[in-house]
Amino acid sequence: MKFSGRTWKYGDNVNTDVIFPGKYTYTVTDKREMAKHALEDLDAGFAKAVQPGDIIVAGTNWGNGSSREQAVTCLRQAGVTAIVAKSIGRIYFRNAVNDALLPIVCPAAVDAIEHGEVISIDLAEHTVTCAAGTFSFPPLSPSVMAIIDAGGLLEMLRKRLAAEAQG
Amino acid sequence: MPPMTFAEKALARAAGLPATVAGQIVDARPDIALSHDNTAAIARTFYSLGIKKVKHPERLAITLDHAVPAPTTQHAQNHAEVRQFVLEQGVQHAFEVGRGICHQVLSEEAIVLPGETILGADSHTTHFGWLGAFGAGVGRSEMAAIWATDELWLRVPETLKFQLVGDWPAGVTAKDLCLRIIGDLGADGGLYYSIEFAGPALMALSLESRMVIPNMMAEFGAKNSYLPPDQAVFDYLAPKARHPYTPLYPDAGATYAETYTYDVSQLEPLVALPHRVDKVVPVSQVRGTRVQQAFIGTCTNGRLEDLAAAAEVMKGRQVAAGTRLLIIPASSEVLKAAIQQGYIQTFLEAGATIGTPGCGPCMGNHMGVPAPGEVTISSANRNFQGRMGTRDAELYLASPAVVAASAVTGYITNPAELEK
Repeated sequence: MKFSGRTWKYGDNVNTDVIFPGKYTYTVTDKREMAKHALEDLDAGFAKAVQPGDIIVAGTNWGNGSSREQAVTCLRQAGVTAIVAKSIGRIYFRNAVNDALLPIVCPAAVDAIEHGEVISIDLAEHTVTCAAGTFSFPPLSPSVMAIIDAGGLLEMLRKRLAAEAQG
Repeated sequence: MPPMTFAEKALARAAGLPATVAGQIVDARPDIALSHDNTAAIARTFYSLGIKKVKHPERLAITLDHAVPAPTTQHAQNHAEVRQFVLEQGVQHAFEVGRGICHQVLSEEAIVLPGETILGADSHTTHFGWLGAFGAGVGRSEMAAIWATDELWLRVPETLKFQLVGDWPAGVTAKDLCLRIIGDLGADGGLYYSIEFAGPALMALSLESRMVIPNMMAEFGAKNSYLPPDQAVFDYLAPKARHPYTPLYPDAGATYAETYTYDVSQLEPLVALPHRVDKVVPVSQVRGTRVQQAFIGTCTNGRLEDLAAAAEVMKGRQVAAGTRLLIIPASSEVLKAAIQQGYIQTFLEAGATIGTPGCGPCMGNHMGVPAPGEVTISSANRNFQGRMGTRDAELYLASPAVVAASAVTGYITNPAELEK
């Protein structure tokens, strides 16, 4: 699978509190509403300008901090398809896989990508291509890709439960 | 069988396998699945799967702690949904508003035991490493999946080992050690790792001080953290444990990605500067920074010995004009003991205010949200921008005694410098 998108580039150590503030965690429950608060305390202009298909590019430890899944959900709802980062917080990485937001760890590509440029990601070849060149990233494990391909953990579970009910 | 780390052994046990190796992905069955105020959102996801009953309701533990007592109608509605779920599913390990913070309450109730695995929809589930359990944070969707299937995919982490030696200087705490490690190696220094601790300086710590360490390792990026349980842990659990347990210890010769030795005798009281837990300096370097709010509480440093350290500083002293001191015990048990010990009276006489046991303002829900431009010094674990609910407020992290001394003077202060 190959796709491309416009990039939003951010720095190191962007935490879940600035991606989706804690004060909303028990009051904002509608997913579309979550998208309106995406990156609110990091980049106040993001939520209004983001387009479906956009890609987040980030430095080290993107999404560190809280386990709050809304920090993934708000970006997915805004139409973001992938995170290309130097490293990703571990619970954020899990939430991204489970919500089918593609987490790609590729430090060389992050250094090369300019904010706003359109990049392409080739999942079969495990590469990120930007104006400066093409960069490889380590493939995600088959079990992780199976979750993403299914549309996320819950979708995979729904299919499994349906199969068991028929079985 | 090759020698294994704690994480490799614990996840082998949780997955029903004879052995695992770092990097392997396993389907683990947790002994306990923890959630809190987020239970309502998880329940909505769970029911959307078309399932009516949780597979093993006896494995669930649910605590109302993140916004208690409910500050708004929406929060109250959220709590009402959690209570309804508890009733529908017959969840026995359920704890009401005011009982305390999930990690503290489950520790007091001995709901997780050495060698067991707890997965929690809370990033500080690493906490349970204090008694030699495997504790890791997960997301809300995966918690719904655990309720439905009793299992979850987990990658067996590589391990970093920290050997702690030397004698603890007066006024230096486990919090200072954690800030030192994170300051040295960065907030992502432990990313994806299992963090094992060992050594005489670790075993010299009280159980309450030990709890600080795996709790803080969430801020280091860790998947889980482990302290080897000793006789003090077994004695603590003896009157509480509901079933037998088998502690797990790493094998000699297990593979570590890196081993570090820290001499605690070289440590001094530290603070983390806004807005990064790894921007760590000695208290002396920021001495004189004005603070409007001092907060002692949270799952990191809201226990009896933390309140004892603060009360020792506050005894016979007053909170400075222009500064407020907020104290929120980590649990009702801590509050009760603090009343019995006279600490609460000391705090009230000093001009402090006391909040309902729970998370308080740690993640900005209520009960101590700062105004824009204000500075808070806190005993919590996290000082991200906006963390306490206000984007343009500054947050310093320190040990409870440093927070208390700062409340007395109105600026960041090492308690050793207070006049006798």
